[in-house]
Amino acid sequence: MSELNSALEHPTYNYKVVRQFTVMTVVWGIVGMLIGVWIAAQLAWPALNFDLPWISFGRLRPLHTNAVIFAFGGSALFATSYYVVQRTCQVRLISDKLAAFTFWGWQAVIVLAIITLPLGMTSTKEYAELEWPIDILIGLVWITYAFVFFGTIGQRKTSHIYVANWFYGGFILTVAVLHIINSMAVPVDLTKSYSAYAGTVDAMVQWWYGHNAVGFFLTAGFLGMMYYFVPKQAERPIYSYRLSIVHFWALIAVYIWAGPHHLHYTALPDWAQSLGMVMSIILLAPSWGGMINGMMTLSGAWHKLRTDPILRFLVVSLSFYGMSTFEGPMMAIKTVNSLSHYTDWTIGHVHSGALGWVAMISIGSVYHLIPILYGKERMHSVDLINVHFWMATIGTVLYIASMWVNGIMQGLMWRAYNQDGTLTYTFIESMVASHPGYLVRLAGGAIFFGGMLVMAYNLYMTSRRDVTATEAAPAATGTA
Amino acid sequence: MTSFWSLWIIILTSITLIGITWILLGNRKLGAKKEDQATDHVYDGIEEYDNPLPVWWFYMFVITIVWAVGYLIVYPGMGNYPGLIGWTQIAQYEERVGAAEERHRAMYDRYLAMPIEEIADDPVVRRMGMRMFGNDCAQCHGADARGGYGFPNLTDDDWIYGGEPEQIETTITQGRQAAMPAWGSVIGDQGVEQVTAYLLELNHRNPDAELAKAGQGVFQTYCAVCHGPDAKGNIALGAPNLTNGIWLYGGSESEIAHSIRAGRNGVMPSFKDTLGPEKIHILAAYVYGLRNSAQN
Repeated sequence: MSELNSALEHPTYNYKVVRQFTVMTVVWGIVGMLIGVWIAAQLAWPALNFDLPWISFGRLRPLHTNAVIFAFGGSALFATSYYVVQRTCQVRLISDKLAAFTFWGWQAVIVLAIITLPLGMTSTKEYAELEWPIDILIGLVWITYAFVFFGTIGQRKTSHIYVANWFYGGFILTVAVLHIINSMAVPVDLTKSYSAYAGTVDAMVQWWYGHNAVGFFLTAGFLGMMYYFVPKQAERPIYSYRLSIVHFWALIAVYIWAGPHHLHYTALPDWAQSLGMVMSIILLAPSWGGMINGMMTLSGAWHKLRTDPILRFLVVSLSFYGMSTFEGPMMAIKTVNSLSHYTDWTIGHVHSGALGWVAMISIGSVYHLIPILYGKERMHSVDLINVHFWMATIGTVLYIASMWVNGIMQGLMWRAYNQDGTLTYTFIESMVASHPGYLVRLAGGAIFFGGMLVMAYNLYMTSRRDVTATEAAPAATGTA
Repeated sequence: MTSFWSLWIIILTSITLIGITWILLGNRKLGAKKEDQATDHVYDGIEEYDNPLPVWWFYMFVITIVWAVGYLIVYPGMGNYPGLIGWTQIAQYEERVGAAEERHRAMYDRYLAMPIEEIADDPVVRRMGMRMFGNDCAQCHGADARGGYGFPNLTDDDWIYGGEPEQIETTITQGRQAAMPAWGSVIGDQGVEQVTAYLLELNHRNPDAELAKAGQGVFQTYCAVCHGPDAKGNIALGAPNLTNGIWLYGGSESEIAHSIRAGRNGVMPSFKDTLGPEKIHILAAYVYGLRNSAQN
């Protein structure tokens, strides 16, 4: 590989912005997950909010979701998309200055979120809680991001556009549309605004945005990551070009319809609920197309899993991806949804995607990137990557298993009624019954968080100029 | 929905379903003989094979599309088209709730016909009432019904709106809206201090005698209208008894002064629509019985 032993700055490509976003991926991962562990502890022991409004669950929960989705996941997407688009188009980013603006602009958005959300400034729209001045900054950064990304593709030296860039491109374009339409609001003052939509329409716009934040930010974007880092790390060709065509177009055409399944059995009209459910079920095959293409790309390279923990991260992330994209369509069926809705099952489903898929594929990709970006042969310690892998896997399994148990139990308790027609259980009884699950979830989250600290240490040791890789044995960058 | 929007939905849905079917069938290459044929694409060292779509995956995709079309024929989805079986969620809801009410009507009607005093100690009624209380009342009044700051204790003998069975039933059915005005701007800081002292004296807490005496005058002018000249309250107005040491918003000197200065607006919601008269009857009997259980 050409970047071995080269100086920190690549002669052709802009690695600086990639490195900045990569480091911040780890930093924000730690921050976001720490808040997650903290609010998981609050759900087990509510007194942990110490009666202080700034650290109460209602304010920290949106900070957690914003930090892990947009700060951690967003930084990972910026880093990898800037890296992949340059490598696969064989051309430098169209503008270093605009790329730098996206970095500093995005960090400013995150810092503003960390300040305003605990202060209680919120638009109250889920995954879009930030108030309107920050929304405008997000819009500016995002349009600049689109310009840099598509401008770079426009100058490519390859004839075709690589499949990873289709997914990144689809993600960037759609998120721009989603963000702008969902954030439409009438400002009252600098820190307060009201949604431009009312009632059921507002709810539908919210979940059209909300589900496609999952579909395009957390799925399409990370599939872009998968399509580069899995074949690169496995050193195998992509399994099927035509499968990638079919599942890409089907995925982006169908995902945009799925939002109404968040509003089953509500004031949303029946026809909208039906369409949301039907499209969610069709979505199973296009979603699995990505998993199949990733998994089958590994055929002929399965033995590498024995020695390469980075590849393990990528493969396990695809497994969790396949599992949660099966679970999702199933939960979108009205009959299942009437049990699962409003329970911890939903939280578990989200985290099997967030921890198992999004975080693990990002972590694997970051481990692939860091040695390249710092001109090292491999990570400081491959063993520590392996330790991180097991912590992440065990943490995720504990988290989602406890939430399955809790969710199904809550759903059954809430719908149980006696012969006299009264409910068998009060709500508080279902909370008491959920407590053991909350403890297991806290343990799982804490273990996953601990893995991020291991990663940060490994990153720091790798980045130090005076330290060279100490372990001779298994190569983690695929140079064996 | 106007027929324009109905048509809009039908067309968009059809385009999506037809489009994905077209791209799926158009790229079909199932079970080709030679596998792992490379395309000529190479990106940063990554090659791409042109393998066929996995057969099981292809058929899974086809089945979901066929199922979707079938569902949209049977159920509402295509704009204003109501679906073959005319299903609506509101009809399903009404049918199920209606069936449940039918099943339990005889039992509830029997209890409704009996006076609350008579059924308050019935163990079946108490169990039913306790479950209803746990789901609809305990959020404010507590699982043990002993209330909390701003929410009355329902197990003692002090009733702001009256503790007779009919009064409890009325409170649950219609809800209550307390309206203690803010007196700070009317009687001034000095007046607040004086009335507070008077109330402390009524509760045998030995305040400054001068202040209390002055407070009595202010009380008779402004407060006695609702709370009565003897300060023992008036259930018709929901004005609490101020002489029995029970303080809904705290009984410290500063808390009492704050209530006088800033006023209080406690709200008990109406449960008429959520529970209906039969269940409220049971619930009222349960709440009425709480006092008996506390006394025993």
